[in-house]
Amino acid sequence: MFRFLLKRLIVGIVTLWVVTVVVFGIFTIIPGDPALVYAGKDPSAEVLAGIRAKLGVDKPLPEQYATFMKGVAVGRDFPTGPKMVHCDAPCLGYSYKKDVPVLGLITRALPITATMAAGAALLWLLGGVSVGVLSALRRGTFFDRIAMTISLAGVSLPVYFTGLIGLSVFVYQLQWLPAIDTNSPFGNPFDPVQTFQSFILPWVVLAFLYAASYARLTRTSMLETMSEDYIRTARAKGLPERTVVTRHGMRAALTPIVTMFGLDLGALLGGAILTEYTFGLQGLGKQALDAINKFDYPLIMGTTLFAAFFIIVANIVVDVLYAFIDPRVRLS
Amino acid sequence: MTDRSATMAAGSAPATADAHRRPLLEVKDLRVHFPTEDGLVKAVDGLDFTVAKGRTLGIVGESGSGKSVTSLAILGLHKRTRAQLSGEVLLDGVDIIGAAEETVRRLRGNKMAMIFQDPLSSMHPYYTVGAQIIEAYRVHNNVSKRAARARAIEMLSLVGIPQPDRRVDDYPHQFSGGMRQRAMIAMGMSCNPGLLIADEPTTALDVTVQAQILELMKKLQREFDSALIIITHDLCVVAEVADDILVMYAGRAVEHGPVADLFRRPEHPYTWGLLSSMPRLDRVREDRLRPIKGTPPSLINPPPGCRFHPRCPYAQRLGEICWTVEPELLEGPNDHSTRCHLGPVKAREVFVAEVEPLL
Repeated sequence: MFRFLLKRLIVGIVTLWVVTVVVFGIFTIIPGDPALVYAGKDPSAEVLAGIRAKLGVDKPLPEQYATFMKGVAVGRDFPTGPKMVHCDAPCLGYSYKKDVPVLGLITRALPITATMAAGAALLWLLGGVSVGVLSALRRGTFFDRIAMTISLAGVSLPVYFTGLIGLSVFVYQLQWLPAIDTNSPFGNPFDPVQTFQSFILPWVVLAFLYAASYARLTRTSMLETMSEDYIRTARAKGLPERTVVTRHGMRAALTPIVTMFGLDLGALLGGAILTEYTFGLQGLGKQALDAINKFDYPLIMGTTLFAAFFIIVANIVVDVLYAFIDPRVRLS
Repeated sequence: MTDRSATMAAGSAPATADAHRRPLLEVKDLRVHFPTEDGLVKAVDGLDFTVAKGRTLGIVGESGSGKSVTSLAILGLHKRTRAQLSGEVLLDGVDIIGAAEETVRRLRGNKMAMIFQDPLSSMHPYYTVGAQIIEAYRVHNNVSKRAARARAIEMLSLVGIPQPDRRVDDYPHQFSGGMRQRAMIAMGMSCNPGLLIADEPTTALDVTVQAQILELMKKLQREFDSALIIITHDLCVVAEVADDILVMYAGRAVEHGPVADLFRRPEHPYTWGLLSSMPRLDRVREDRLRPIKGTPPSLINPPPGCRFHPRCPYAQRLGEICWTVEPELLEGPNDHSTRCHLGPVKAREVFVAEVEPLL
């Protein structure tokens, strides 16, 4: 088990390293000159070259990469205009547009994305799985048909549609919820009621989208499992039907759900662009989109690396969980 | 109908003290029908047999003859919403068909147990072999986990698994095929059921292991004095272990009798077909395998008259009666009954003259 864990960790670290090389390479090669940000109007070639030298972007690519990685490890200084700005380790770069280290921007946006993702994940996991299991057990009944029809709608309706409907109905028409304070959705100081009011719509809208596919996957997986030979064996032992369904059926049927859940949550933590944009939440996704619009390459790069980090961590967690769930994985 | 099953019940036991025992399992006019979109599938259509304690019944037939459906009906494992059951299945006097779901559940695994064909897919991959035996034992016995674990180790040792105290914590995939089937048997026998049904218990196993498993089942049956039903398509399997044989075709019994008599004097053309479809290596290659021609009949619209007549090489000789009148299962000497228009005398003539020389 320990060796398995170690192996997964090493693979994860190597993957993350490859991601840094690729991401760094892409964002350094593509056109766009950071020197332009600091230069005045119509700068001369000499001025630009001078700024480039100061920023260190005139160096060969491998050297720039080494500097970047050194920054991640021990931090580095950025000569921004008049003064030097120190960027603490792990330094993911410096946003020349916003004139702050990238990591600070990310950690400021992360709580919003994380709150949104965690709440939605809880909702869709509970909702999707229970609807899926019930549908499978009551296959062909009215409940099953209604649930599957709604879930079909869930997978097909985009967040910017359901989200806007939600906003229009609950915020503007019924006025059950106040408009989201996009500058401080958590309240200032932190206020649980305001947090709940800010996030309930994004949670439900995002959860609806995911719960739909979880319900369908759970239903399929459960139907398949319940027709397995070992379910017949469990019944032949004389176990009560509830035990057969939970201990024998769900235990096996939910294994693929764990994988999907881990990966979905990991991906969401990197930012849910559509949902954040729809509700105006300043999460990682919206920040990345703004960065793209403003050609803020260091911020895009930092966010991309951060998202990749979450996905890789989620992968490792899923693999380890899988090994706990399925003994065949653990031992082979 | 009742008369027939009564005589068969008495007949399947030898003339010893056993003969006075009431059979543990009595199946009377069992019918299992499945309504489908294409029509009513009559998987089992009027089946009678009995098994006494300490006796072994072999049920033989092709796929789709209703063997497995019968066994699931005995265990009460058919979904009542999907299957229409009628007739009686009496286990120690309790009617399984009419009993409440909960009553049958309490009997299942406790008074009657089942062993399935493929031990790998029949065991839960996520639980240890021990945990699965413990679960089977504890559901019917109110004992501590520790006591149940001791029971599991005892059962594993009884079925001949080496180092049972260590293997009890292994997962099914860590066992070999034969060991898994032993573990399944240990699980089935853990509550000491009076009736054990083995559905193709050796089909998924290596030939070398098959005999060991059969031997083990015989040994345990003697030890626990249980009634055993072995379901198989392989006559060789039942020839070794069964006391009586029931040959099924299209949901009905076509021949039923004591094993020795049935092998020496088989009377039904379908049984002859089964006997001659065993490969013979001492013949020239083209002649080694003589399969029964044709395919099993539709269970929605079974052939009129004798259900075997479209595949029966002798149907032409008797003429019309074979495809117009369904033969009765008639009792002959030695408790040997057959469902065929040939009748015992003519069947014997045909068998001796035409079938036996080719076997």
